[in-house]
Amino acid sequence: MLTRLLGLLLVFLAGCAQVPLRGTGDLGVVIERATGRIAIVESSTRSILGQVDGLGDLSHASLVFSRDARYAFIFGRDGGLTKVDLLEARIVKRIMQSGNAIGGSISQDGRIVVAQNYTPGGIKAFDSETLELLSEVPAEYAPGSFSKVVGLADVPGNQFAYALFEGGEIWVSDFSDPKRPVTKRYPAGLQPYDGLVTPDGRHYLAGLFGEDGIALLDLWQPEKGSRKILEKYGRGEEKLPVFKMPHLRGWSVAAGRAWLPAIGHHEVLVADATTWKETGRVAVKGQPVFVIASPDGRQIWVNFAFPDNGWVQVIDTLTGKIVQTLQPGKAILHMEFTPRGEAVWLSARDDNRVVIYDTRTFQKLGSLEVDAPSGIFFTSRAARIGF
Amino acid sequence: MRGFWLLPILTLLPALVAHADDRTALIRMVRQDCGSCHGMTLKGGLGTPLTAQALSEKPGESLVATILYGRPGTAMPAWKTILSESDAQWIVGHLQEGFPEERR
Ligand code: HEC
Repeated sequence: MLTRLLGLLLVFLAGCAQVPLRGTGDLGVVIERATGRIAIVESSTRSILGQVDGLGDLSHASLVFSRDARYAFIFGRDGGLTKVDLLEARIVKRIMQSGNAIGGSISQDGRIVVAQNYTPGGIKAFDSETLELLSEVPAEYAPGSFSKVVGLADVPGNQFAYALFEGGEIWVSDFSDPKRPVTKRYPAGLQPYDGLVTPDGRHYLAGLFGEDGIALLDLWQPEKGSRKILEKYGRGEEKLPVFKMPHLRGWSVAAGRAWLPAIGHHEVLVADATTWKETGRVAVKGQPVFVIASPDGRQIWVNFAFPDNGWVQVIDTLTGKIVQTLQPGKAILHMEFTPRGEAVWLSARDDNRVVIYDTRTFQKLGSLEVDAPSGIFFTSRAARIGF
Repeated sequence: MRGFWLLPILTLLPALVAHADDRTALIRMVRQDCGSCHGMTLKGGLGTPLTAQALSEKPGESLVATILYGRPGTAMPAWKTILSESDAQWIVGHLQEGFPEERR
């Protein structure tokens, strides 16, 4: 009897020690680049709920969320893959999966987490529950030659599309059988530097560094092969130095058009998202790095490579004109909209601060002290294709 | 009379401080902005490793030229509009010995 009571008491106490019930829909993660730490943030109250340490080298770190938006899978530069519980602010599991990684993705059904690696070049698939290795696809584009993998994105059918920097190809790997992926290859062009899948999961675009143009693959009709769009956008003009590589993701499509960074030209390229013909271009302050549409598609926010990384410009998608030029802080590395876009969070690395702006008034709403912040990721990504 | 010997030191001080500041900024720039391609630890990324192990045997002059003029056909840009020749020499010298950490 006494032991029964004691047992009940223990269960009760254990229950008390747990975190109070709450959702994760307004949570997010900010990478603290220099300290191997992440901050778990809440967009409703604009506050930091907790921090998690010990994640290794987080320069150029990125992450994806589990489909229930409770866990974050963080891909470190040093090849570390860490599963973090956002509610308990703790590491669930951490593995070293390669020597040098650049990001990752999660499958349509949420069961497979895939890491993209520079060395050894290729992708590796892990069970999202246990982080056990399921299979890998080495990026061996010619016998004995391995490529860095860039632009990994999940596409419907438990497939992943990615590009090979040295290999100059787009690969699509089908993980229907997670232990035996099947890969198809398509030509891309010279030095693809990143890629994106459109929000409907239909088109995969690989931005090219080595030539003016973007490779496009229609995933609904892959048998038609890849083709090049926005070819020769530089019109033979001399290229300006690119001090940082731009980043592509599915946020580039808005108001029926794709808004993409030019390489070596201080311009945002605009293409019709049905015909993929160029419809215009917008002159901007510097080499664009992120060109990100607000969730409603009305605005495009652009940040820039060194030495113009203190500036941010906003394009109105209706007129195609710049409507705001802001100086939110020193070294603006990343921008993320709240799920419905009333606010945007920007990381000002050299100010050790995340600054928050109202997207309608462009007024500053507040800021958070964060050590050398880089990527900002809200859990609304969990439900989006290509994130 | 007694304070006189301080004068040269006082006039030197701003120069020394400015110099130290420059290097702090340069170290930060290499770690952070070169680091965007070479990795913050300089162990490599899209760009090749810039560790002492990778660079100590290579001729310094050609590494300085790589920094100032870039490597056409690769992602390594020319930094001559941003860095002076002596900046580039200082960076190469320190890369070859193992680059200092940022003081935080
Ligand atoms: C946009 C990407 C990028 C940035 C930023 C960048 N580099 Fe590079 N760098 C490269 C690439 C790619 C290579 C390799 C070139 C090749 O294949 O020969 C390289 C090569 C080098 C080399 C030659 C290494 C060797 O083994 O010969 C040096 C030195 C170097 N970079 C220094 C720097 C410094 C210093 C900075 C910052 C001031 C910098 N890089 C910024 C991309 C970059």
